[in-house]
Amino acid sequence: MSAETETLAPPRRGGIGPYTSVAHRTRSRLVLAALVLAAVALTVLLLAWGNEHEPFGARWWRVSGMRVTSIVVIALVTYCQAIATVAFQTVTGNRIVTPSIMGFEALYTLVQTAIVFFFGSTGLVSIPPFGRFLLQVAMMVLFAVLLYSWLLSGRFGNLHVMLLVGIIIGTGMGALSAFMQQMLDPNEFDILRARLFGNIGNANTDFLWFVIPVCLVTGCAVWLLGRRLDVLSLGGDISTNLGLSHKRQVMVMLLLVAVLMAMSTSLVGPMTFLGFLVATLAYSITDTYDHRRILPVTWLLGYVVLGGAYFLLRHVLTLVDAVTIIVELIGGLVFLFVVLRKGRL
Amino acid sequence: MPPQTAASARRVTNVDALSASTDPARAGSRRRRSWALIVAIGLTIGLVALSLLVGVADLADEASRGPEYLWITRVPRTASLVLAGASMAMAGLVMQLMTQNRFVEPTTVGTTEWAGLGLLLTYIVLPSSTVLMKMVVAIVFAFLGTLVFFAFLRRVTLKSSLIVPIVGIMFGAVVSAISTFLAIQFNLLQVLGGWFMGRFAGIEAGRYEPLWIVLAVAVVVVIVADRFTVAGLGKDVATNVGLNYERIVLLGVGLVSLTTGVVTVVIGMLPFLGLIVPNLVSMVRGDDLRSNLPWVFLAGIWIVTVCDIIGRVIIMPFEVPVSLVLGLVGSIVFIGMLLRTRRTVVR
Amino acid sequence: MIRLSDVTKRYAGETEIGPVSLEIPKGGVVSLIGPNGAGKSTVLTMIGRLLAPDGGTIEVGGLDVHAAPSKQVAKTVSILRQENHFVTRLTVRQLVGFGRYPHSGGRLTQHDEDKISEAIDFLGLTDLEQRFLDQLSGGQRQRAYVAMVICQDTDYVLLDEPLNNLDMKHSISMLQHLRVIATELDKTIVMVMHDINFAAVYSDYIIGMREGKVLCHGTVDEIMTEQRLAELYDIYVPIHVIEGRRLGMYYWSPELPKRAVPAG
Repeated sequence: MSAETETLAPPRRGGIGPYTSVAHRTRSRLVLAALVLAAVALTVLLLAWGNEHEPFGARWWRVSGMRVTSIVVIALVTYCQAIATVAFQTVTGNRIVTPSIMGFEALYTLVQTAIVFFFGSTGLVSIPPFGRFLLQVAMMVLFAVLLYSWLLSGRFGNLHVMLLVGIIIGTGMGALSAFMQQMLDPNEFDILRARLFGNIGNANTDFLWFVIPVCLVTGCAVWLLGRRLDVLSLGGDISTNLGLSHKRQVMVMLLLVAVLMAMSTSLVGPMTFLGFLVATLAYSITDTYDHRRILPVTWLLGYVVLGGAYFLLRHVLTLVDAVTIIVELIGGLVFLFVVLRKGRL
Repeated sequence: MPPQTAASARRVTNVDALSASTDPARAGSRRRRSWALIVAIGLTIGLVALSLLVGVADLADEASRGPEYLWITRVPRTASLVLAGASMAMAGLVMQLMTQNRFVEPTTVGTTEWAGLGLLLTYIVLPSSTVLMKMVVAIVFAFLGTLVFFAFLRRVTLKSSLIVPIVGIMFGAVVSAISTFLAIQFNLLQVLGGWFMGRFAGIEAGRYEPLWIVLAVAVVVVIVADRFTVAGLGKDVATNVGLNYERIVLLGVGLVSLTTGVVTVVIGMLPFLGLIVPNLVSMVRGDDLRSNLPWVFLAGIWIVTVCDIIGRVIIMPFEVPVSLVLGLVGSIVFIGMLLRTRRTVVR
Repeated sequence: MIRLSDVTKRYAGETEIGPVSLEIPKGGVVSLIGPNGAGKSTVLTMIGRLLAPDGGTIEVGGLDVHAAPSKQVAKTVSILRQENHFVTRLTVRQLVGFGRYPHSGGRLTQHDEDKISEAIDFLGLTDLEQRFLDQLSGGQRQRAYVAMVICQDTDYVLLDEPLNNLDMKHSISMLQHLRVIATELDKTIVMVMHDINFAAVYSDYIIGMREGKVLCHGTVDEIMTEQRLAELYDIYVPIHVIEGRRLGMYYWSPELPKRAVPAG
């Protein structure tokens, strides 16, 4: 073939991976960048707003320092809830449910109520605080793992059955907790209430040195298993067909979810709908199957939402106590809206 | 909802005709069924008597006004048990018929939570309202909330019937979150928890009478029960057979809300009752609606009465509220039902 | 080859499959036929290791599918079931791309991309490549799933009623593609088939199941006889040879008054 008539080989076709078009990819990158910027801006805002001391002076740093703890708590809680919810929804093949309804939070409530009920507001003084903390965390993770392995071990392991059983066990425990709560005197109840309806201001930060590394490790594990999550989202049959041991992968993921949820509840108590809210938003925004892209977006969204709510309520409207509950409320309403809107679920 | 032919719908409404046939085999089984029913009613009377006798106060002790307790607390309490137990079980059955889903009932789709929200709002907005006023608001809220649930049921394609109670419970959790938020703001949280604990302990003459409304509801249900079954087969089938689907659903939801509102205000929440009773009865007797109805009433009475008696006895002289016993017992039964379902599912 | 040895499965206490002992030769298209409830899908699902048998072993290409690690099995046998629902939004190309997962673990090389393109083109989905699955018709979606399984590039391909949702034109097209794949790429395709005539025309080998047991198996000529089909389906299926192919004209019951004298 002479040089003049040589034809070019047709361009090699390839997909754009998790995106559907180049525009989509650009959009996703922009969104991610925007979220990162928003998060940074929010952090600065949270540190500096209302801090009347001379910027970067000694007293300014002291005030900021106190706020740093709140920021860390917000970051951690949204990190745990975001990752746990997305992973959980993928593994259960359902975007309505969240780890919270698996009886997880009911257990937390029960444990806390029982402690106040049996040992008064001072709680098991004989066991060192970290021991108590570890005990609660271990109980919650253990319970989750036991429940899940019990239900999935049967030959006809059905995820919906597992979910319902988790919910019902939660209701049963709720009944027990409610009963004990009725027997408390109003002072004890107030103290319990603070632990049950977490707010960021009085988060349990005693064990951050433990919580932070555990969260980091667990969250990264989930992220690293992101590709497997992608396959798992196709359902049990297809993922087994593609070579994953579906049951084992699901168990591993549920264990990681349990640990993340335990960390989050230990900080600010139960939060039913935050995870759902940010996950739902994240799916719409990212519009992809790729968990390695969904997870960071979900976290950043959570941080911006919760941090933003915290900022608004604390510095603008001064209704500090209500932050988590208001986010829960909005999350709940979004949930209802999503469910009632005709469309894919 | 699964599409069914008009023929099967007609079959359902012809249940009466079938049971009135003079086929000797059927007559024999009818006699047996009548006997069973008589025994069951006898058992109920026995339980009722037991309930009248169990308690801290000594009824025979004239000196400390023992016999008066019979009329002040025991009879009202027992009457409440009968009314609440039968009516909440019936409410569960009605909802299951209308949705064709075994796991639907007032405490698993948010009806009770809506009633609670209504109740809370009357405390906040109209603190001096009468019990009747509170009841009306609770009923209205329960009605609206359940309609929302039914709206959702129609619009969403559900993969498995288990999704319905899952979403229903989540729905209830949302409403509960709203109530909790308001309760915290107005410092009514512990009180809110108190209402939600179904307990028969504080029932006394003069305070529980509104509960008798559910008797009227029960009568209406007995009359129109068949229509709920037809409605459950879907809008097309119902229209085909000549029934106004929307009106039946509204009626059904109205009756359920009425019951739930009244019972929630007077007694509190009775978790899982409307779920376990109709399903247990179906397990034993199959799904024949018309003849199941009296059994659902009776079984509802039994379960609530037994749970209440347990609650009265187990840590005497203190009481464990019936909602706790029901909550625990109901959870176990519900889970048992789910596992039975699981075993028969073919992958 | 696929070898089943004394495979049994029990459901809900009543339904029982097996014991099934069978050898399915390598290469070509094999159809699994039989009346409803015969256990065809169950057997296929067990071969594809999506379901564990209560007894017996299943070997595919020398590999015990229930003992070997799933990842290894995924390179030897692929299976597509009838119902496939999931919430994630995928384009056709992305779905087919998942077929490469056993080979590349999610990191697609250019070779993978070429294979994906091949599978997509093969099933006539080139123009629909970038469309989301939920924007496709049932038939197009079905072809996308089959493309994914083809893309997995296994020696053994198991398909449960692959013609579900496909109209006549696409049914023929699908079966012709499967024949080409079986012959040119030397794959063994085992399909559960509802339609005996499609099975007869496009397979090399037929297995007939009834009430949980294998009733008969053999070449198309051996199975497509009136006697065999009557044993299988409990109806009289007159066999007509048209253009050298054996077809069962079961469309009218022999008890009905004959309206026309059937040819042959």
